[in-house]
Amino acid sequence: MMAKVRNKAGQGRGLFGYAIFYLAFLYVPVLFLPIFSFNDSAFIAFPLVGFTTKWYTEMFADTGMQIALWNSLKVGMFTALISTTLGLLAAKALTRYQVPGSAAVLGFTSLPLFVPDIVLGISLLILLNSVHIPLSLWTVVVGHVLICMPFAMAVLISRMEGFDKSLEEASLDLGEDGWMTFWRVTFPLALPGVIASLLLTFIVSFDEFLIAYFLAGTDATLPIYIWGQLRFPYKLPGVLALGALILVASCVLVIFAEWVRSLGTDPNKAPTVGA
Amino acid sequence: MAPANLSTRIPTAARFGARVEAFFRRSDAARGYLLLSPAILIMLAALAAPLLLLVLYSFWSQDGYLVNTQLTLDQYSTALGREAYRTLFYRSLSISGMVTIVTVLLSYPMAYFIAFQVQRNKFVWLILVTIPFWTSYLLRVFAWKIILGYNGVINSGLMSLGILKQPLEFLLYNPTSVVVTLAHAWAAFAILPIYVSLEKIDRSLLEAASDLGDGPIRRFFRITLPLSLPGVIGAAVLIFVPTTGDYVTPALVGGTDGVMIANVIQVQFTKIGNWPLGAALALASMAAVGIFALLIVQAMRLAISRVK
Amino acid sequence: MTDAFIKIDHVSKRFGGFAAVDDANIDIQRGEFFSLLGPSGCGKTTLLRMIAGFEYPTEGAIYIDGQDESDVPPNKRPTNMVFQSYAIFPHLNVFDNIAYGLRRLRLPKREMTARVNEALAMIKLEGYGKRRGDQLSGGQRQRVALARALVNRPKVLLLDEPLGALDKRLREAMQIELRQLQRNVGITFVFVTHDQEEALSMSDRIAVMSAGKILQVAEPRTLYEAPNCREVADFIGTMNFFDAKVASHENGAAILDAGPIGKVRAAGENLPDVGTPVLVAVRPEKITLSTTPREGAIKGTVDAAAYLGERSHFHVRVDGIATPVAIASQNVMRSGDAVSHGATVFLSWPDDAAVILPRE
Repeated sequence: MMAKVRNKAGQGRGLFGYAIFYLAFLYVPVLFLPIFSFNDSAFIAFPLVGFTTKWYTEMFADTGMQIALWNSLKVGMFTALISTTLGLLAAKALTRYQVPGSAAVLGFTSLPLFVPDIVLGISLLILLNSVHIPLSLWTVVVGHVLICMPFAMAVLISRMEGFDKSLEEASLDLGEDGWMTFWRVTFPLALPGVIASLLLTFIVSFDEFLIAYFLAGTDATLPIYIWGQLRFPYKLPGVLALGALILVASCVLVIFAEWVRSLGTDPNKAPTVGA
Repeated sequence: MAPANLSTRIPTAARFGARVEAFFRRSDAARGYLLLSPAILIMLAALAAPLLLLVLYSFWSQDGYLVNTQLTLDQYSTALGREAYRTLFYRSLSISGMVTIVTVLLSYPMAYFIAFQVQRNKFVWLILVTIPFWTSYLLRVFAWKIILGYNGVINSGLMSLGILKQPLEFLLYNPTSVVVTLAHAWAAFAILPIYVSLEKIDRSLLEAASDLGDGPIRRFFRITLPLSLPGVIGAAVLIFVPTTGDYVTPALVGGTDGVMIANVIQVQFTKIGNWPLGAALALASMAAVGIFALLIVQAMRLAISRVK
Repeated sequence: MTDAFIKIDHVSKRFGGFAAVDDANIDIQRGEFFSLLGPSGCGKTTLLRMIAGFEYPTEGAIYIDGQDESDVPPNKRPTNMVFQSYAIFPHLNVFDNIAYGLRRLRLPKREMTARVNEALAMIKLEGYGKRRGDQLSGGQRQRVALARALVNRPKVLLLDEPLGALDKRLREAMQIELRQLQRNVGITFVFVTHDQEEALSMSDRIAVMSAGKILQVAEPRTLYEAPNCREVADFIGTMNFFDAKVASHENGAAILDAGPIGKVRAAGENLPDVGTPVLVAVRPEKITLSTTPREGAIKGTVDAAAYLGERSHFHVRVDGIATPVAIASQNVMRSGDAVSHGATVFLSWPDDAAVILPRE
């Protein structure tokens, strides 16, 4: 017994060390972006020369960047709204009704996870081309909704499974119709999931490059703009500044989304699924 | 009360409406599909239809600026027959195979640590590993370009420390740099499925194995690993399939030796403008990935059944 | 349309090939405390949910107060329900939970407040209005669920195993409280339970269900003393069964030939014809156990004896009968006439104790 306990503790310490190494592997490479974004040199190389914020002011002054940022915000917001709305309806159907073939539907909506982005991009490009729909930010939204659906569904289904089905029945029983029951019971209870889904799908869309690259036409989203800048070495410090800001903003949004998602889910209470 | 009399006076349209309403109220399936229909419709329009059209395109051919809709297998014979493409298929599969192995091996201990060793604040650890997954893929790949570059972080760092006289040229623009970058970019994808399957393991099974005389190592290989296999397979497929078709990483850090199939497909759809050939290349690569993924899954199942 | 307040008219509910409820016919009177009793999976909850409108009958119709409700959605029915899980809205406080159904009616604010406060007083939770739904104990949740339903003044209150989640002591207190409440408000209650004692102690009448079928609808005393089939007799309390055949009729009673235990006399209406194979059923507490031989008593050996405080239980083996006879006797004397394992005893019961049941 003693031996086992000691053994376990030793193993635990070893794994903890590994976990720290692993987190370093995840985070340190990315940290070079903010570090060099404040370096007072056009070359991204050690040693660091001095502190400056000029890359940030230069980058903010770029009208191309401003347009691309605004485009990305628009695309992200529409994508988040559409995929979360569709995901909420689908999650309601899959968790509340006995739908034949629900596993197939779930598999179908998760398919974009398993198809390379380049294939999603070019096949949509072909379709839009053959039905003569001009490329625009709207076609980017369509592509982004596609890749965001699996995430929206996953977040919302787990949220909807987390509360008692008879709450909605109680509302119907107390005289509200289906529509009002949705607004007075289902929606407030699903709200943490809805907010998390909105934020996460927004981030996925905001950061997505390849599908937008094929479907955006002449409008550039922020990742497309960044991609274009990478060709010019003298633009790199500005890209670093922009990238650092995007990373920080994404981190803040993700942490907020996950925090909201954890709200109201009591870890001590087993989710009541089914009867 | 005279229900028969009453109903004849109700207009037929209203009665039809009431019948439809009653049908939806009585049928779970009808209500369910009504709610699912927007999602299904958009998936059909934006995923199924485009993929079918892609298949159709791959049997057509490019005639100058026009597409010749005469069905032909020419694109596939080019895609599979030309030496350059075969090399690319082979390289793409072996790079993403490498990435899959590296990522799963790196991530398993981490997932194991969170599932079994972390008692409090599991949530914080999970968020820490998932944050990179949600943040910009392009920027994470770009970070490796500035780390591995000729004047990059490693070279300039080592030179300013006086360890190197000349920058190392082999760091960037080769298959290894692609593997390292992809393994970093896809790490979170591997952790989550493995963690979920480890977390699901009934702790009393592990105690039973110890009770029956297994040491920690035997117990791991006889109980923990086989039971977490669904997660490992899930992670492997989730990494292998999309990385084979990755475009950004080879384009940024691959150089000419690290070019993968997606870069060639992209060229067909942009500069060269041969969409049918691009379509055939895309479908051939998806088919190859699919077959390979199935082989991986089967091989892993077999390996585990041997261990047992 | 009919005299019954709730009429369940040849109602069946099928899921695929499985009949959850099979041709149920029940008439429930206005103001009655009516229970649906049966083991889990017998279809009692499905039947209740059909009265509420959450399930629609595959066949048959449900009338409430003369109206055909079969196709009416739950929000348009004059019924309210207390759910098994109570379904207290976790995002609303107690006041808003109770006011949930009233808000829809757009009552003047003062009237609504008054009605909610009245309901809070009824369930003895005055001052709890601001408490959140997830900060209540099991018993309090149950009361809030009750108030939330009753405040709408429904014609029928449906209760789906509302006491199942409570511990024994609280459950017994709530049984009495619920029964008093029902008498005070005078609303028809339809109560689903699998607990026979609960059903017997609370209900005006009970429908016993098994495998989707209604076996018997009767008052508690009738169900216990005059069950109409072996399943009902077996489900409610304990019962001894003996195979027998009708030997003769005599002054409104039947003389039965019960083989190893000899001739048994049983009274009753609609006596079966002479020669019909039947079951004789006798409750354990109706049997007298004595250590001295008696005229017509059945001889047996004590197989097991259990002392339970106010009473003792015995299993007595009788030659020629496979199942030992169960006997329950009150421990009237402190010393008790203790009978121990292996003792030879003699069993007898009064003539009106035996019930004739059809043999399946």
